[in-house]
Amino acid sequence: MTPVPETGPAAAAPDDVLAVRNLGVTVGGRKLVEDVDFTIRAGERVGLIGESGSGKSLTALSVMGLLPEGLRASGSVRLAGVDHDLVGADEARMSRVRGKEIAMVFQEPMTALNPTMRVGRQIAEVLLIHRTRPDRASARAAAVELLAQVGLPDPEAAAHAYPHQFSGGQRQRVVLAIALANDPALLVCDEPTTALDVTVQARVLDLVVRGVQERRSAMLFITHDLAVVATVCERVMVMYGGRLVESGPVQEVFTRPRHRYTQGLIGASDLTVVDDRGRLATIPGSVPAAGRFPAGCVFRNRCEHATDGCATRPDWVPTGPDSGYACFHPAPDGAPGTGTPTNQEAGRG
Amino acid sequence: MAEQPTSTPLAPGPGTGPVDAISVRDVTRVYRRPRTSLRHASPPVHALRGVSFAIPQGQRFGIVGESGCGKSTLLRILAGLDRPTGGSVAIDGRDITGLRERQLKFVRERLQLVFQDPMSSLDPRMRVGDIVAEPLAAQRQGNRRERVAELLEAVGLRADAADRYPHQFSGGQRQRISIARALAPRPKIIVADEPVSALDVSVRAQVLNLIADLVDELSLTLVFVSHDLSVVRHVCDRVAVMHAGQIVETGSTEQVYEDPQHSYTRRLIAAVPTLGKALSGVSAADLNRE
Amino acid sequence: MSAAATETAVASAGPAGRRRRRPVTGSLLVGGLIVAIVIGMALLSFVWTPHDPTLVNPAVRLQEPSAEYWFGTDKFGRDVFSQVLMGSRTTLFVGFVAVGVAALVGVPLGIVAGMAPRWCGELLMRGNDLLLAFPALLLAIMFAAVYGAGTLVAMVAIGIASIPHFARLIRGGTLQVMETEYVIAARAAGRGPFAIAVRHVLPNVSSLVIVQASVGFAIAVLAEAALSFLGFGTPPPTPSWGRMLQESQELLSIAPRLAVFPGVAIALAVLGFNLLGDGLRDRFDPKLEDRR
Repeated sequence: MTPVPETGPAAAAPDDVLAVRNLGVTVGGRKLVEDVDFTIRAGERVGLIGESGSGKSLTALSVMGLLPEGLRASGSVRLAGVDHDLVGADEARMSRVRGKEIAMVFQEPMTALNPTMRVGRQIAEVLLIHRTRPDRASARAAAVELLAQVGLPDPEAAAHAYPHQFSGGQRQRVVLAIALANDPALLVCDEPTTALDVTVQARVLDLVVRGVQERRSAMLFITHDLAVVATVCERVMVMYGGRLVESGPVQEVFTRPRHRYTQGLIGASDLTVVDDRGRLATIPGSVPAAGRFPAGCVFRNRCEHATDGCATRPDWVPTGPDSGYACFHPAPDGAPGTGTPTNQEAGRG
Repeated sequence: MAEQPTSTPLAPGPGTGPVDAISVRDVTRVYRRPRTSLRHASPPVHALRGVSFAIPQGQRFGIVGESGCGKSTLLRILAGLDRPTGGSVAIDGRDITGLRERQLKFVRERLQLVFQDPMSSLDPRMRVGDIVAEPLAAQRQGNRRERVAELLEAVGLRADAADRYPHQFSGGQRQRISIARALAPRPKIIVADEPVSALDVSVRAQVLNLIADLVDELSLTLVFVSHDLSVVRHVCDRVAVMHAGQIVETGSTEQVYEDPQHSYTRRLIAAVPTLGKALSGVSAADLNRE
Repeated sequence: MSAAATETAVASAGPAGRRRRRPVTGSLLVGGLIVAIVIGMALLSFVWTPHDPTLVNPAVRLQEPSAEYWFGTDKFGRDVFSQVLMGSRTTLFVGFVAVGVAALVGVPLGIVAGMAPRWCGELLMRGNDLLLAFPALLLAIMFAAVYGAGTLVAMVAIGIASIPHFARLIRGGTLQVMETEYVIAARAAGRGPFAIAVRHVLPNVSSLVIVQASVGFAIAVLAEAALSFLGFGTPPPTPSWGRMLQESQELLSIAPRLAVFPGVAIALAVLGFNLLGDGLRDRFDPKLEDRR
């Protein structure tokens, strides 16, 4: 999250891969995402955390130009090496960008693959569409190589198999191979391991990180799982009620959160810390449905620190080049992470 | 956390103290798969291969395992909704294997289920009041309206929730409705299948607290199934780790978590990302190491 | 419990509690309107028609449409508009009888087949498939041969022939509902199979029933027209859109309007019932609403 540069959206720094400015998503007058601003630089791994209805997936889909029908994006999304804005770009232009400059890994690997096509051909196809390989034979060979890179045993045989012949984790690796095929500048992952078992998740996360590191690709990683983001990313943005409420380096945000929502989220997700009655720290209330968050500060109806002043919208308070928060009553700087004792001991297992 | 002997006797002999809430002895379950070839029958699926454990009254017992390990099959058998191919299951000392539906009435009264998906576990076409009252109606108990109001209050919902439909509630609220329904017939055993896996992080802790409070206040026996070791560690006294239809390790949760004996348990614990581990520098490659 | 209750007092005040109004979709509106018109015509025909639709008057044979005869007259000098009005009764009667027979037998059969042990359900469905393979019109013609041609006989036959369509669809829906956790919860609560069928399965397959009923209605209307056309349906002099079509056939070259009016009426009625079915399904399916 960088403050909006004076020069406007067109002027992205040379190192910036993705520049999102003032992004909004609406459906029939309801605002689902509002004023989202952030920048991702080459090789950076950035996490976007949010619960249901936070707008995190819509943000990813807007970047990909894949919003479902009826939803409208506004603002600006610029990608390095693409001479037009991705918001409002037509399908023909977007399809030249997707799979080449940006690629995406979805939560459900089965629906992301064509069940009637051998996976080798599906990978080769992405290479041929974007003309990154001259002919069928070299695309095929590259496909097998990619399957080997994502750790599938016997990649030759795997290339000949159909999606249903793989397990969930293996399918997700195939999806990852397709996403990485054209060495994208940006890889967008939307909850890629949520549907997977813990041991399989570890495997896939490892492959994702290695894949982007080897290509110096940037990554936008969307999830509801704080621990996964902390493991995979260097920087994190916290989204709630369709807005970014806090962002900064992982170490900083998770140990010294400033926004009361981030603070509460960290407290509520820590299952190793209980009060003297054996109870976990909680955030009161429930997450409102998308588009039905309170005006002003979106978190104020669940926040113990909220005052009448929170009915107006808090400004973004920058605390560094990529960090800041939007809260009238932030947790004091340097205070331990949560209301409960420090979460550092979470690792004692 | 009570001291637990490392090996609990499967069933108490006559006159050896209170009867176990649940005792499972050498249970197997084999499924036949439909033929896919004319020449050979498909090999059968061994969902459970000789599972044994006993849960004393009032214990919070966790079952941990990944998808396909047999935990769902085990739950159905415990609840008398499926029959084991071999072995026996006793609820409050009474063998339920081979009983007919009519003879399972005592299980229906004593044991209730809470499910993972708070949407699909509530009939979308029924009002919340009718959903919560369903076990009461099924068991022909009176005073349903009062009891429903009491139950909704107990799980932290307003009484007027009874007149609304499930889709009008958030995930956490729906899970509370599901818990209220399970408590309706005043069961002594609650079997919860991944009850918080589908919930938002900020709501998960509320529901875990609610379950813990209710188990305490009503002195329930809790069977808590999860793929998430850290949730089980918080909730349960004892844990059984399942893998490929077998229990590979059991013990007190502390003991299993701190000093896992089986290689699968070790791999499982190592693979779980936690905030603490991540902040102290554990990378994705480290999670995948074991 | 008190602690849990206070902690979440806020929770129940959440905005998810508000009841969302379901928008009336275009298909519901248009379908409802067309069906209302057909029903209105049928009701009107009981109290008023411009002329007696069965009155043969050779003096006014094959008149062009005029102020006196809005849709003109046929080769016997009968008023076409009055016949179309009266024919709507036959159409509705036909639809309700055929769909009624099919649904009353097919829905319970489908639910039983879906809830019964696997082998038993399979057996029922194989029997169902046999019936499915039998052409509906052939069955209706056989019935007409045995019991005499008549609207009721023809439509009972069409209804019987539609039973397997209902049964197969409802069995599929039932199998899905039986897999859901709310049914497992109901079983664990001690609900018997009958209560589960009535309280859980039936309401949750009702949208399938509505859609199939609207399709069945349309099929029945077309089948009646076809049977009347062949001479096995509604016997004269009762007006029927299908028979009007048949009678217009020999005059197609000189008076095509005789085919156009009943033809358009049939097409519109079929369209109307299909649209209404679609609209009703969308409106009464809470799951569809959730996706918005």
